[in-house]
Amino acid sequence: MTDYNFAYLDEATKRMLRRAILKAVAIPGYQVPFSSREMPMPYGWGTGGVQVTAACLVPEDTLKVIDQGADDTTNAVSIRKFFARVAGVETTEATARASVIQTRHRIPETPLTEGQILVFQVPIPEPLRFLEPRETETRTMHALEDYGLMHVRLYEDIAKHGEIARAYAYPVRVEGRYIMDPSPIPKFDNPKLDNSPALQLFGAGRECRIYALPPYTRVESLDFEDYPFTASKAAGQVCAICGAEDSYLDEVITDDAGGRMFVCSDTDYCATRVAAQAEDAA
Amino acid sequence: MTPLLQVESLSKFYGNHLGCGEVNFTLWPGEVMGIVGESGSGKSTLLNCLAGHMAPDTGRVIFDTRTNGPRDTVTMTESERRWLARTDWAFVHQNPRDGLRMNVSAGGNVGDRLMAVGARHYGDIRRQAQDWLGRVEIDQARIDDRPRAFSGGMQQRLQIARNLVTGPRLVFMDEPTGGLDVSVQARLLDLLRGLVRRLGLSAVVVTHDLAVVRLLADRVMVMKDGRVVEQGLTDQVLDDPQHAYTQLLVSSVLQV
Repeated sequence: MTDYNFAYLDEATKRMLRRAILKAVAIPGYQVPFSSREMPMPYGWGTGGVQVTAACLVPEDTLKVIDQGADDTTNAVSIRKFFARVAGVETTEATARASVIQTRHRIPETPLTEGQILVFQVPIPEPLRFLEPRETETRTMHALEDYGLMHVRLYEDIAKHGEIARAYAYPVRVEGRYIMDPSPIPKFDNPKLDNSPALQLFGAGRECRIYALPPYTRVESLDFEDYPFTASKAAGQVCAICGAEDSYLDEVITDDAGGRMFVCSDTDYCATRVAAQAEDAA
Repeated sequence: MTPLLQVESLSKFYGNHLGCGEVNFTLWPGEVMGIVGESGSGKSTLLNCLAGHMAPDTGRVIFDTRTNGPRDTVTMTESERRWLARTDWAFVHQNPRDGLRMNVSAGGNVGDRLMAVGARHYGDIRRQAQDWLGRVEIDQARIDDRPRAFSGGMQQRLQIARNLVTGPRLVFMDEPTGGLDVSVQARLLDLLRGLVRRLGLSAVVVTHDLAVVRLLADRVMVMKDGRVVEQGLTDQVLDDPQHAYTQLLVSSVLQV
């Protein structure tokens, strides 16, 4: 341990955060304002997620941190080390073993279970932000369920591109009420939000907002009746390492001659499959 | 028959300054009411109070809603007012830029209100948008163009299509022909008159142009310094003005 309080933040701050989280859980999809603290990392690196994680952690927790699905990228490694140091909690790369998972831009492929908490890092919590610049007006629109504008954007996509072109941060409707930005996860992950047994918390540090999806919440991706939502990914590709057909793939450029490969973005899922295949072969 | 809109002693003050005071009138279904007066006479203030853009200080604005009968729009909740604003009411701004989404295509602009009231079928929305572009004489091939690419007159017609697509019963118009040249004005008036008569709309038209009132309105209200100085049937008021100010107004029209 260090001289820091458990999980870096002081108890009064964690209490403030927990109050915001409880309110967010009570009103699924509603953005609860909170007084975001300065964290020892720049905005955009997950200050919101880190604060939510700090407020949720107890000494018995096992923490997993992923960035774009990977456990070994800079953002994931630094946040994992941060909490290992200031909270002394056990860390893991295995989705199934973790009790708290902080994530940036992905939901793990391995299905989550009851009792797990998934914490999203959110850059822009307001789904209406680029449609309506005034914060006072977007809040009124949420309050009055005045959401026609969101579909105007989808309409424009179809008129222009022949399909809904939005591939990430695809807007969803929570329990038939609030429209929510699911953070920049690929739309491939949107179905995993729906009716998830895990508690899903969203923290936006710079924008000072927390919102939540309690377990088993109905989450629908917005669409048109004749242009239904599709959870798309790289078409016709399988993972070059583990051969998975059902996981979200990253395209990796391998040389200067146009060489490329598609691999699972979820490194834990890929490694687990490779290990299982090795065991089967042995 | 129930009046569509009943305004009772409506007043709006800007501090100590009177915006509009003690306005009373009744609008019947299918009737077009013109409000004329010079700049600063309180026409736009009155219209904004009627359309719920501004809260009046005193008075009642009773609108005959489709489902709940006559209701006072001043005291109803903001969400009810907004619902009215996208279903039963329409508001045509003087400057089409205020009434259109300039970075959304023409089709998206017309479909906006449909989607706001829950239309979720792309094909249907597009068909209706196309139909309405046709009705306001905009080439249907331009459905995916942005309003920026349209002329002033086309923008104004697009604004009208966007407002009428949900079949409103009451249209508020604030200087609908302002800023257009005379030949375009004439076409727009022709179009408006046709639409209003064919759809049986009621309308409140604010203008300083007596010709617009003559063509569109059944009845007219003349305002000066925030007060209504004269009201009556359009032809009666314009041909036989009683109040000194109305006489001045009518005699100031240039004869060509």
